[in-house]
Formats: sequence, C-alpha cells, structure tokens
Amino acid sequence: MLPIFVIIPLGGAFLIPILAKYRQGLAQLTANLCAGLLLFFSLCSISWLKTGIKIYYIGGWRPPFGICMVLDGLTVLMLLVVNLIGALALVYSIDYIKKYTSTYLYYTLFCLLLAGLNGIVISGDLFNLFVFLEITSIASYSLIAFGAEAEELEAAFKYLVLGSVADTLILLAIGMLLGSVSTLNMADISRSLSNSTSVNLIKYSTALFIIGFGLKTALVPLHAWLPDAHPAAPAPMSAMLSGVVIKIVGVYALVRVIFNIIGFNQLLSSVFIWLGIISMSVGVLLAIGQWDFKRLLAYHSISQIGYVVFAIGLGTPLGIAAGLFHLFNHSLFKSLLFLNSGAVEYSTGTRRLEKLGGLYQSMPVTSATSLVASFSIAGIPPFCGFWSKLMIIIAAFAANNIIGAVVCILVAMVTLASFLKVQKYAFMRKAEEAGSGIKEVPVFMKISMLCLALLCILIGLFFVPFVDTIIKPAAAVLLEGTNYAKSVLGV
Amino acid sequence: MSLYILCLVLFAIGLYCLLVKKNLIKKIVGLGITEYAVNLFFILLGYTRGGEAPILSKDTPITNFVDPLPQALILTSIVIGLGVTALMVAITVRIYEKYRTFDINEIRRLRG
Repeated sequence: MLPIFVIIPLGGAFLIPILAKYRQGLAQLTANLCAGLLLFFSLCSISWLKTGIKIYYIGGWRPPFGICMVLDGLTVLMLLVVNLIGALALVYSIDYIKKYTSTYLYYTLFCLLLAGLNGIVISGDLFNLFVFLEITSIASYSLIAFGAEAEELEAAFKYLVLGSVADTLILLAIGMLLGSVSTLNMADISRSLSNSTSVNLIKYSTALFIIGFGLKTALVPLHAWLPDAHPAAPAPMSAMLSGVVIKIVGVYALVRVIFNIIGFNQLLSSVFIWLGIISMSVGVLLAIGQWDFKRLLAYHSISQIGYVVFAIGLGTPLGIAAGLFHLFNHSLFKSLLFLNSGAVEYSTGTRRLEKLGGLYQSMPVTSATSLVASFSIAGIPPFCGFWSKLMIIIAAFAANNIIGAVVCILVAMVTLASFLKVQKYAFMRKAEEAGSGIKEVPVFMKISMLCLALLCILIGLFFVPFVDTIIKPAAAVLLEGTNYAKSVLGV
Repeated sequence: MSLYILCLVLFAIGLYCLLVKKNLIKKIVGLGITEYAVNLFFILLGYTRGGEAPILSKDTPITNFVDPLPQALILTSIVIGLGVTALMVAITVRIYEKYRTFDINEIRRLRG
C-alpha cells in the first residue's frame, strides 16, 4: 500500500494537463481529489502502524540490493503534516488562484510538489531521497516564480542558486557515504557504519549533510533566501513552503540522516542546540522591524524552526517529543497565517501593514482566524502553540540548558509583541480612509482558514491524546537511533 | 588520491563561480561545473584501473570489474541537472525581459 503516497500525486500531475485541454475546471477537481485521497490514506496510516512498521520492497528486491519504502512513526507524523496542509492549501487555491493565467500548470506543479514531499518522507533509500528532494525543489522553484513578476523571478533565482548549492553538497555527502560503505539503503548504511573504519569520511559527510539540509531549512547563518522566496509565491504556496517544505526537506531529512543513519552524539547535540538558539533569536529580531505582512511571517518561520531544531537537539525523550509537536503545530498556525495574509492581499490589494486597518469589521472570518493563529504562534494558553512551547521550555530546564530555556521564553515574548503589532495595524485599529469597498473573501478560502483555526483550537484542548497517539511513536523512532537498522532489516 | 583532489578543486572552482560572479549567465555555468565535479566524484568511486564491464557469464568469470552502481546513479543525477539548468535559464530569460540586465547588482528590488 505504501507506493500510493507517491503514485496518486504523480498520476494526478500527469493527468491534469491532459484533462485541462478539455475543460479548465477538471484541473482543480483532479488536484483536490488527489489531495483528499492522500489525506484519507495518511489518516489510515495511523492505524496501519499499530501492527509494527511497514516495509514495501520495490520489485520484490530485499534491502541491500533493492529500494524499499518504510512506514514508521516519524513517517506517519510527516505524512499527516504534508497531506493535511496540502489538501487545505488546494481547497484555498480554488478561489485564490483565479487571478493568475494558466492555472492548470499551478495544479500540476502542486501535485508534483506533493509527490516529492511524500516520496522524501516514505523513502528508505538515501539516493531515492535525493531524487525526491530534487523533484520537490524544482516544483517549489517554479511555483515561487509562478506570478512571473520582477520580484518573484528575482526571489526564485536567489532560491534556485542557494538550493542548488545545498543539493550538490547533499549529493557529495551521499557520495562520501557510498564510498565508505558501498551501499545506499539507509538501514544498511547505518549497520555498516557501526563497524566501519573510515571515521574521517563520516565526519566530512556529516558536516556536509548539516550544511546542505541547514541551507534547505534556513537555519540562521544560511537563511538569506527564505525572507525573499516565501513571500514571493502565491499565498497557498507560501503556506506550503513555510508550513511543510522547510520541515520535510530540512528538518525531517536532517534528523533522519543524523539520528537513524549516522548516530547522534554530544558534539552534534551542541551543534543543533546552538544553531537552534541563534536561529530563533536572530529570526525574531529581524521580524520585529518588518512592515510587509508576508515577509514578517517568513522571518517568524526562521525563528520557530529554531525552536524545533533546538528541542530535537536536546536529545532527551521529552525534548524530541516537544520538538516534533512544535513542528506539527507550527505547520498548522504558520500555514493559517500565510493563508490569512493571502486573504488580506486578495481583498485589499496590499500587504503593507501601515496601509491596512479596520479589517475586523469588513473581513470577520479572516480576522478571527488570524487572531487564533497569532495567539497560537505567540503561545497563549488554550491554543496549540502554548503546549509545545511549554514542553520545549520544560525539556530545556530538565536537560540543564538554562541559557536555551531563557532564550526560548524571551523569544516567545518578542513573538507576542510582533503579532500584537500585526493585529493592531491590520485588523483592530480604525481605518484612516473609509475601507468601504473591502469584502470578505470567497467561500472556499473561508472553509480552508476555518478548518485550520479549528484544528489549532482542538489540538490545544486535546493535546494529551494527540501527543500520545501521534507524537510519541514518532519520537520513539528518533530515540532508538541506529537501532533503526535492526527494525528495518529485521536482523 | 590526486584524482580526488583535482575533482574537489573543480568543485571549488564551480562553487566560487556560482556564489561570487555577478553575471547570471556565469552563475549558470558555475552550477554546471559544480554538478559535473560531483558526477566525476561518483564515477571515481566506482573506477578501478583496467577494470571490465560487470557482465556475468559462466565461461569467463570477471575478477576485476568497475562498480556499475555509481554510473547508474549519475545518469539520474545528470538528468536532474539538466532540469535544474533549464529552469534556471528560463528564469534568467524572464529576468532579462523585466530588468534589461544580467548584472546581479542591478537586480535588487527585494530588501530587508
């Protein structure tokens, strides 16, 4: 059953341009159908996991020789993130994307993006992961440039250059691992590395993996492309980029390689912790001064991903669970915020906060959902972001990392201040000129935003069962470390 | 060993060209050089001096053969490189239509 996660979106991407020749409406129907099916199957995959991890051998070839696909706890969590946000972003696109021409190309690229992301998550082979990474990258470069205006092309080119550097570094690192152990299956590499003699080669490839995936995640010294690239894309695509792509391509691939293949140690832990601390503080400080709604959100993405990397880097069971929980929550509220910014731009035609105002009267749904998302990201109690930030801070204190815990608390306060500014300027204050012509957005955009806001509240209220069923198995995969090899190979 | 070092020198030249040069076309060429350095690195991994093609036959057992796996991987990698380069060229053409220049210093509307 596992290949369906790649087959459905790839098949959709193939069918959409053909169907669109007959009728334009079929393109969005097919794309939404694919995303809906994917969401259904990723919900099913929670129950498939109850009988242990699932492995699919492509062509029947067993691991050291063939490519395999693996479904374990971490995979299930990531599939849920990809397909949930993907489906809601596509529902939102139905109305939003009408202002562009050649919309069937947008849906084709979106399906390719979903195929690439699902492939990265489910693949058990390092080179296969790289190929899916490239599919994701190419689809996201072209979707950023989709508007084909001057700024969008510039942002896409910047992302393309830095993204290609990251891809070549990752490929070089894979080559070094291949040179030292002569195999590409993740579990088999992990098993061979434990009795390998070429220690230096493994160190070089670890460093290259951290730089390569760090560029894709936009950790702070490597973040220059993100504030340009994420705001340039169409709003549902920005939601995908900030909510999903940097997490799958960056954080997921990094922790899978570091924890399950190479093996986590004290040095790597401090690298993760310091990258996380620097990212969260620099990201939030750069975000305060922004007046472009989407650019502000993009800087907050850097900061929030810093939390995730910091918490996972602590290496304790609570830390890893907190990091993964925050990753899931961030995908919900950051996608919602990007969809809100898209709705504001759709109705008013501008993203500059100082030109907006009084939208809570003319756009009630958008302002209510954006309030939920702002409270979630700032960490106000009943909403989902509060519980994951609390878990991260408790985990940092428990691991005796006082500096990290204090930085987490300070950054949370600055985040709150920054989002109060957004609420005040865009929604709450009186409009200077009468905003009479501003209308609420169409129905599909409303549905998508309301679903995400509802999820933010529900996960905030019922976070205990959610953490137990989804997050715990995912954290267990990272905690077992290089024993991953034993469970996949069945030795 | 010297072959590997030369390969890494080629990689460094490509990376320098990609990151430092101000002209968009030169950046594309730099990306090409970087990709081919990595491809060469993979081919070197499987290479043995005087090696033969790894075709199994009962009559003449081959003892000294070239590893075919990196070559198969590189075929995929070349195709991916083609896709990325094509996309990059397409975006560069559109940038030239909008800005009328290839100079990265003059293509600066995004700030902050």
